Amino acid sequence: MSSRELILGRVRAALRDAPVVAEVPRDYRPAGRSADVEVLIDRLVDYKAEVHRVSEAEVAATVAELVGEGGAVLVPPGLPQAWRPAGAFADDDLAPDRIAAADAVLTAAAVAVAETGTIVLDASPDQGRRIITLLPDVHICVLRPEQVVAAVPDAVARLDPRRPLTWISGPSATSDIELNRVEGVHGPRHLHVLLLPG
Amino acid sequence: MRIALFATCLADTLFPEAAKATVLLLERLGHEVVFPSQQTCCGQMHINTGYQAAALPLVKRYASVFDPYDVIVAPSGSCVGSIRHQHAMVAASYGDAGLASRAADVASRTYELSELLIDVLKVEDVGAYYPHRVTYHPTCHSLRMTRVGDKPLRLLRQVRGLDLVELPAAEQCCGFGGTFAIKNAETSTAMLADKMTNIVSTGADVCTAGDASCLMHIGGGLSRLRTGVRTVHLAEILAATEFIS
Amino acid sequence: MTTFLGMPATAPRGVGHLRGDQTFPQAAHDALGNSQLRRNLRHATTTIRGKSGKVIAELPDWQSLRDAGSAIKADVMARLPFLLEQLEEKVTAAGGVVHWAADANEANAIVTRLVQETGSSRVIKVKSMATQEIGLNEALEEAGITPVETDLAELIVQLGDDKPSHILVPAIHRNRSEIREIFLRAMPGVDPALTDDPPVLAAAARRYLRETFLSTKVAVSGANFAIAETGTLAVVESEGNGRMCLTLPDTLITVMGIEKVLPAWQDLEVFLQLLPRASTGERMNPYTTMWTGVTPGDGPQNFHLILLDNGRSAVLADTVGREALHCIRCSACLNVCPVYERTGGHAYGSVYPGPIGAVLSPQLTGVADNASLPYASSLCGACFDACPVKIDIPSLLVHLRNQVPHPAGERAAMAAAAYTMARPRLYANAQRAAKLARIVGRRGRGLPPPLSGWTAGRDLPEIPKQTFRDWWAARDSGVGER
Repeated sequence: MSSRELILGRVRAALRDAPVVAEVPRDYRPAGRSADVEVLIDRLVDYKAEVHRVSEAEVAATVAELVGEGGAVLVPPGLPQAWRPAGAFADDDLAPDRIAAADAVLTAAAVAVAETGTIVLDASPDQGRRIITLLPDVHICVLRPEQVVAAVPDAVARLDPRRPLTWISGPSATSDIELNRVEGVHGPRHLHVLLLPG
Repeated sequence: MRIALFATCLADTLFPEAAKATVLLLERLGHEVVFPSQQTCCGQMHINTGYQAAALPLVKRYASVFDPYDVIVAPSGSCVGSIRHQHAMVAASYGDAGLASRAADVASRTYELSELLIDVLKVEDVGAYYPHRVTYHPTCHSLRMTRVGDKPLRLLRQVRGLDLVELPAAEQCCGFGGTFAIKNAETSTAMLADKMTNIVSTGADVCTAGDASCLMHIGGGLSRLRTGVRTVHLAEILAATEFIS
Repeated sequence: MTTFLGMPATAPRGVGHLRGDQTFPQAAHDALGNSQLRRNLRHATTTIRGKSGKVIAELPDWQSLRDAGSAIKADVMARLPFLLEQLEEKVTAAGGVVHWAADANEANAIVTRLVQETGSSRVIKVKSMATQEIGLNEALEEAGITPVETDLAELIVQLGDDKPSHILVPAIHRNRSEIREIFLRAMPGVDPALTDDPPVLAAAARRYLRETFLSTKVAVSGANFAIAETGTLAVVESEGNGRMCLTLPDTLITVMGIEKVLPAWQDLEVFLQLLPRASTGERMNPYTTMWTGVTPGDGPQNFHLILLDNGRSAVLADTVGREALHCIRCSACLNVCPVYERTGGHAYGSVYPGPIGAVLSPQLTGVADNASLPYASSLCGACFDACPVKIDIPSLLVHLRNQVPHPAGERAAMAAAAYTMARPRLYANAQRAAKLARIVGRRGRGLPPPLSGWTAGRDLPEIPKQTFRDWWAARDSGVGER
């Protein structure tokens, strides 16, 4: 007998009492409330992300300013050309050390959750492979207001589970030293959110 | 109203003043108190120490002794908690469905003292007088099992002469826990030490609670350290008047 | 132990970390005497209680989320065989390989074989309770494979040659200056001018692990959630070490307890609200990674999922005790537990400490192997209130106490007490006998064991002149004090 059959047999034997389960009560606030961008900003800032409200035309210049002169900005292959600062280089199946050498990475996002201050990436062409937002020390993320949802249920409803998803709430942090939150461990130590107007 | 008193074995044997005070208080408020003499113990110690089979006759006894009464009171949030949350469970786990439903029914008519006063008798000012600085420890079972909430505090606030001072970290366990105090005596004492530090920090001369068991533990520690702080059951404070205090 | 076909089985002895060498009271004795440990634990648990309480208060529907979480978990248990098969099918369809491990030995053997097949002699690890439970690191080391813990607290434990003492923060028993000393002693290439400033310590870990992340071809993780409906796995973390392990290597091996499966994608909307607020006291943890099988061109191209029983089916077989399998490993119950706060996690002997450990470990191993754990609680109930999926831990403790083998002396005393209590006349006589003891003893200092535990720190009450019962009788008959 395989371990698969063994385990499933044990589990079936354990459930010989045939527990009956009532329907799950879902009385919590469901998806569908309207999102408040001001709440998102408040929560992002609270967890040490920096928020910049810029027009689409200002994205490239803002990024250039954030990165500084000569800074190497990595972008995913599908990022809008207009957002790319001069000299930006696109991910073309780059080796990890090339990615790690970038001063910053600039991406779009899939969804943002106002109530928790969370940005979700789904590896679409304007966000790229997961590795490119992981190794550079600065992540700059452009967010359109229509991507902002009120709470977690809205985000879960919008996202496609078949895509690799990365939920990001502020820069890399740890609570492992005396249970106090300290920003900056293995992931990007700086998170900038460029919020476009509606 | 005719009210049956469940004195609890601990108050009956070691802290009769708490049970006496319950009687005198309710009588002062114009009620008739009866004490069914066949009562003994709710069985909580057995249940919580892992002897449910031994507790079964006690569950049965409680249900049959108190079945004739519409309103039952006990000066213990912990015993009431056990009666409400454990009696029917113990009966059911030994396959006695009839006892389980009878136990649940009697449990629904059993009240902790502050619940009886506020929820049933609708009284907050019981006319008590107690000229002392008092801090209140909300025992774990009163708070999280019986869920008496702030009822004891509402009663205490109406007591004339009483200076009520807030206990820091009040909701933390004192470390009693029944046989926990013996089986894990060192951990229990460590918890008690913190509770005593908080009590002493209030400057109160009396620490009160709705459970004689926790008060026995806290009082035993305060006495050992010669802190000069006394433990007094809530019922005794509420029963005290200018003539008897 | 003989394994009968299809019979639920407890976790085997001799492997893993579910059993301690000492009873809880023995182990607690040492911890209680360690004032540094006591101070560290008090500071850390007080901090997290404050943070968690604040972000939970922000959600008006917290109780509804708890109700939903609890019901979803009960549903999972009831439909576990179906959900596991569905998960297997979906993960396989998405390019993953599913393995089934009946116990710790089998899981360790599967992981070892999979690592050996890659040719790598090193693995990077994301913090995982399941792999701690089965003793995977020891098994890998025995096979010549170096496991590198990448979570900061796990790294502190590993470098300090220490044991984890908390579900979420395994090094909770260490403060910043102790962590600095461990890094200076055991972290290769560390800056000798290292300070104990937490950001500086975090930066040291970043520098130390960066090259390891980039050069290791195999990672081992646990899983917080697995969605049967879609085959999606989720790992919730803070530092980015999880993202590194789940993204950079060629091969990813995930070891997951069979109880971690969730039915539907939508269920994450409940658990992603419950877990971070109950656990680290954050609205959302910094990073959560979700993946479904293999994504061509992005992340590991070989994905193995190991479904672990190791005693879980035995827990499931107890119709009351199975509620312990609802646990989502948030550690809220540890943070509010007055016993944990004073003894720390090591006293529990198992990788699962605190209130949930006291009900989970004895069930995974069989109660006889962890007989003192169900008693490691004052039944204060703070854990029940804090649990985001409403596990009634106090009731489970009481349930398990009814199953453990009891000491003979205690059994006799309890039987005698119950016999007396069931007979009111005998009971009244016993009360009078207690009164006699008042004349004999002096407030009971120096009682014999086990009652000496009481009198070591507490006086006994003065035995009253008259029981309530006697007062009532005298009053009823019109004599005696009123």
